[in-house]
Amino acid sequence: MLDYAWLIFVPPLAALLVNAFFGRRLGKPAAGYLGAVAVGLSFLVALGIFFGLLGLPAEERSHTVTLWSWIHIGNFRPDFALLLDPLSSLMALVVTGVGFLIHVYSVEYMKLDDEHHQLDARRYARYFVFLNFFIVAMLILVLANNLVLLYLGWEGVGLASYLLIGFWFHKPSAADAGKKAFLVNRVGDFGMAVAIMLIFAAVGAQAGSLAFTDLYRVIQQSAPLLAGVASTVTLLLLLAATGKSAQIPLWVWLPDAMEGPTPVSALIHAATMVTAGVYMTVRMSPLFELAGNTLTWVAWVGALTALMAATIALTKTDLKRILAYSTISQLGYMFLGVGVGGYVAAMFHLTTHAFFKALLFLAAGSVMHALHGELDINKMGGLRAKLPTTYRTFLIGAAALAGFPLLSGFFSKDAILVATFEHHAYLLYAIGLVTALLTAVYSFKMVFVPFWGQPRDRKLFDHAHESPALMTLPLWVLAALSVVGGLVNLPFVATLEHWLEKLVALGPVGKPEHPALAVELALLAVSALVALGGIWLAYRAYVQQPDLAVRIRERIKPLHTLAANGYYFDWAYNKLVEGLWAFSRFLAGAVDQQSIDAAVNGLARAFGWLGSRTSRLETGLVSLYALSLFVGLVVVLGYFLATAIIGR
Amino acid sequence: MSTSLTSLPVLSLVVFLPLVGALALLFIRSSAERALKWTAMLTALLTFAVSLILFFGWRVGEAGYQFVEQRPWVPDVGIGYHLGVDGISLFLVLLTTFLMPLTLLFSWDTVKDRLKAYLVLMLLLETAMLGVFVALDLVLFFVFFEASLIPMYFLVGRWGGPRRVYAALKFFIFTATGSALMLAAILVLGYLHQQQTGRWSFDLLDLYSVVIPTGLAPWLFLAFTLAFAIKVPLFPFHTWLPDAHVEAPTAGSVILAGILLKMGTYGLLRFSATLFPAETYRFTPLLMALAVVGILYGGLVALVQKDVKSLVAYSSVAHLGFVVLGLFSLTAQGVSGAVLQMVNHGLSTGALFLLVGFIYERRHTRLLSEFGGLWKVMPVYAAIFLIVTLSSAGLPGLNGFVGEFTILVGAMQASRFFAVLGTLGIIVAAWYLLWAFRQVFQGPVTNPANQSLKDLHWREVLTVAPIVVLFFVIGLFPGLFLERINPSVEALLSQVNQRALAVQAEPQPQALSLVKLVQRN
Repeated sequence: MLDYAWLIFVPPLAALLVNAFFGRRLGKPAAGYLGAVAVGLSFLVALGIFFGLLGLPAEERSHTVTLWSWIHIGNFRPDFALLLDPLSSLMALVVTGVGFLIHVYSVEYMKLDDEHHQLDARRYARYFVFLNFFIVAMLILVLANNLVLLYLGWEGVGLASYLLIGFWFHKPSAADAGKKAFLVNRVGDFGMAVAIMLIFAAVGAQAGSLAFTDLYRVIQQSAPLLAGVASTVTLLLLLAATGKSAQIPLWVWLPDAMEGPTPVSALIHAATMVTAGVYMTVRMSPLFELAGNTLTWVAWVGALTALMAATIALTKTDLKRILAYSTISQLGYMFLGVGVGGYVAAMFHLTTHAFFKALLFLAAGSVMHALHGELDINKMGGLRAKLPTTYRTFLIGAAALAGFPLLSGFFSKDAILVATFEHHAYLLYAIGLVTALLTAVYSFKMVFVPFWGQPRDRKLFDHAHESPALMTLPLWVLAALSVVGGLVNLPFVATLEHWLEKLVALGPVGKPEHPALAVELALLAVSALVALGGIWLAYRAYVQQPDLAVRIRERIKPLHTLAANGYYFDWAYNKLVEGLWAFSRFLAGAVDQQSIDAAVNGLARAFGWLGSRTSRLETGLVSLYALSLFVGLVVVLGYFLATAIIGR
Repeated sequence: MSTSLTSLPVLSLVVFLPLVGALALLFIRSSAERALKWTAMLTALLTFAVSLILFFGWRVGEAGYQFVEQRPWVPDVGIGYHLGVDGISLFLVLLTTFLMPLTLLFSWDTVKDRLKAYLVLMLLLETAMLGVFVALDLVLFFVFFEASLIPMYFLVGRWGGPRRVYAALKFFIFTATGSALMLAAILVLGYLHQQQTGRWSFDLLDLYSVVIPTGLAPWLFLAFTLAFAIKVPLFPFHTWLPDAHVEAPTAGSVILAGILLKMGTYGLLRFSATLFPAETYRFTPLLMALAVVGILYGGLVALVQKDVKSLVAYSSVAHLGFVVLGLFSLTAQGVSGAVLQMVNHGLSTGALFLLVGFIYERRHTRLLSEFGGLWKVMPVYAAIFLIVTLSSAGLPGLNGFVGEFTILVGAMQASRFFAVLGTLGIIVAAWYLLWAFRQVFQGPVTNPANQSLKDLHWREVLTVAPIVVLFFVIGLFPGLFLERINPSVEALLSQVNQRALAVQAEPQPQALSLVKLVQRN
């Protein structure tokens, strides 16, 4: 049955082709339903893969399906092939499951364009073409059995992201944001490309397929072959991951990506695509463990990104921007988890985060829908009366994000913190804890400011209306998952851990030991206290004493300015890009035209002058020179032929 | 089937059918435009159909030349009519016969001035280009190589833009200078053969056995390589290309970028590398360096171009830098990738020039600043343009990736330094391509002249659709191509290696150490 896993691609691929060619005739909302149903069918196939694997004995849960041979030259033999194992099947479930819900939501949401006019059928269909294309590319990314095919998916989702961020392409800001996302990601892709080439140069003879299973085998049996390049390769892979998963230093594209339609932000820039970097590092974790130091880098990149992004999130008042920085911060947690060897914890948080962050974005979309696109939370207030469903589901999502005890985010975040603590990385643990506090504060800022209190903009408030059922239904499903998602991997029960065990057991370092029960309970309690403390702080600052936040901001003005400006990363990149532009203009002008080309033309003139002086053929017709050059060649050839014949 | 097919002189048919068509055109009145167009089109289509015999009648897995035709031509001086294709030239022949009907289709309504002469020249050009890729005798090769210059010169000089005469001359003189040196080198090789065997020969296969005096070999190598480097064009011999492209008519640009430039890269592999293996190894660092400079320099300069055509021209400098990098990696992946990338570049850049031509016919400008927001006005055009752009940017799943990535995989085994620098080129490529797309298609429609542009006509779609289909075929199923390319490339590489080692066995310390050096890396 697993051999039919390729069926997972068929529905979205078919739907995107139909919508691409006949979408306008299908019209609204048929094109949307087509796209949504297709992803639903893919979800069913993903379930089939999951249960198919479950039916196998644990040690046989790694199944390769080769579709066709792809690029074969000498030893280089990557195939179009799928690897079905617990890790890829988990990702496939998340991608198609959350993806399906977001497609359903989009059917209604995308009926209007960015200015709240009716969207024309052609572009409505085009949206679903892009969204289905994203699902296909993301599935290739997570199901690929080798690095080159993973790279195909990796760049494919980047393209989908580019197209969807820039979906309102008539807006310069949206078009620029899409371009920025693609280019920043290409910097990361450069890292991945070089990493793949280096791996091939090292073990091409042993693992020319570049299949993960072959690489694992080489790592287990002949690790010395890779020892020389492991550090370089893993650092390059980390660069790739920081691009796709918006970590320091390549995180700058994700906040701008909020220019895309909100369901896109939910699907691509929160739940699935941005987690690809985490997935990839987990997938390549045996190599990371071989490299030793790189994992420390991963942990620090993750922790610092988590902390810094959380501080930025606190300074923002645009609902989607807060969520964007929150996503960056939560992805940082996942990298922290990977860096301390807590692969299962990272994957656990990836899964729960997909639920509650998709929920938060979709709920934010529902708010936008109600307020004609308004996103500034300082213009909202009291919305819980007008948008009860949106409010309740948003509250659940925010609580899960804040790590409210017993919700999914609580368990998964705690799992990462426990892994960090157990790794004896106490400084990182402290950073994680501080970030958790900040997370709780900004999460409930997003609850208290827009939904509680009095309306700040009467006109906006009066026009607000709850979204239709097709949009609230996915909210409820995701809310339910955000609540119970923790069940996937409860501490002490550890289902996900058993499910992913084989992968983790593969690394030379092995699975981290489970901490003593008392320690684990204590850490759990600390996490709970921090989360509740953060929520209480938010209540104080945004409900009880609204001037408190202002006073704190004044106290730490320089720090606030730093965070509010995103730590000046964008500024630095802009300087770099300006420099490159100036350099390119210099190359095109001073070098290309005024030096190289001038030298060429100068040489030609010199010959021309020489010719005119010596031969008196001062016709000035350069075409004559060209002709004579050719005639000359023919004469030489003829002369040579003649002498050869006579010489006989 | 294959026996009856091989008894046909398929290659001669392919090469000279266009010439026959050109002669036929001479007997049609200039005013009978439809008859002229259809005759030219049917000739090109028939040539393409016959050339498909090469693909379907191919003996997959064989490394050597197939469809060989060999008979004496000027036997007294050892000039033979020797034709053959192997995996290296097969797809260049097919690329030529494939692109030609498409360029004629583009010209259908767009060329009105002296149509007959135009069509005659196009068909003559096709014969010359095909001859280049199948000739196995150096003099025969040279005749085709030079012959291809003349129709192109007139196409640019007569049907081109405002500075067409300057551009055509520059193109002509630049390339003719290179080939003059090559001719001298060819003559020396024939002479050496006569000295060593008592018999004149210009047959490529005969010349492999010529022992070249140590002092002379580098000069001969450089003479060949310079001629081809200009044609590619390799940095810093590239400045004729932007001028020629900007001034050339659309069909001229398509042919120039799509096929003519490949004569350079093809020549480097077929002649420079195989005739002078030791020198090839010796000059590898220099050539790889120039290739990498071309990749980055071409990309950055492309970024600041204002005219779409010169942007594409500089992007060609970058793309062909990749090809040269792959060739001189002298690894299976690098060379096979480079051979495939020659075809890919022909398709992607050919398509880009066609697309630029469509918009030029509508607006009579190619300045990026004149456009903006075209996605709204011409959605079909935008979609096709996007796919072509992505193909050119090397997006995996499309054709460009397969060539580019394997080239870099090969280069990484030869030199990490150059490979890493070359890979930076993929960032730059995405940058200039998306920047161009941003300027032309995204943003609001600000220029009123763009407000009511018509989307592509079905004939225009038909002109690029076959190319777009091939993007996907090559990107997803490159095996169809690689299984034909690989054996020949591997044979060529082992031949080059063996002969370089043979030279190494002779007392030539310098070559020896360099061969070792390169192989160790």
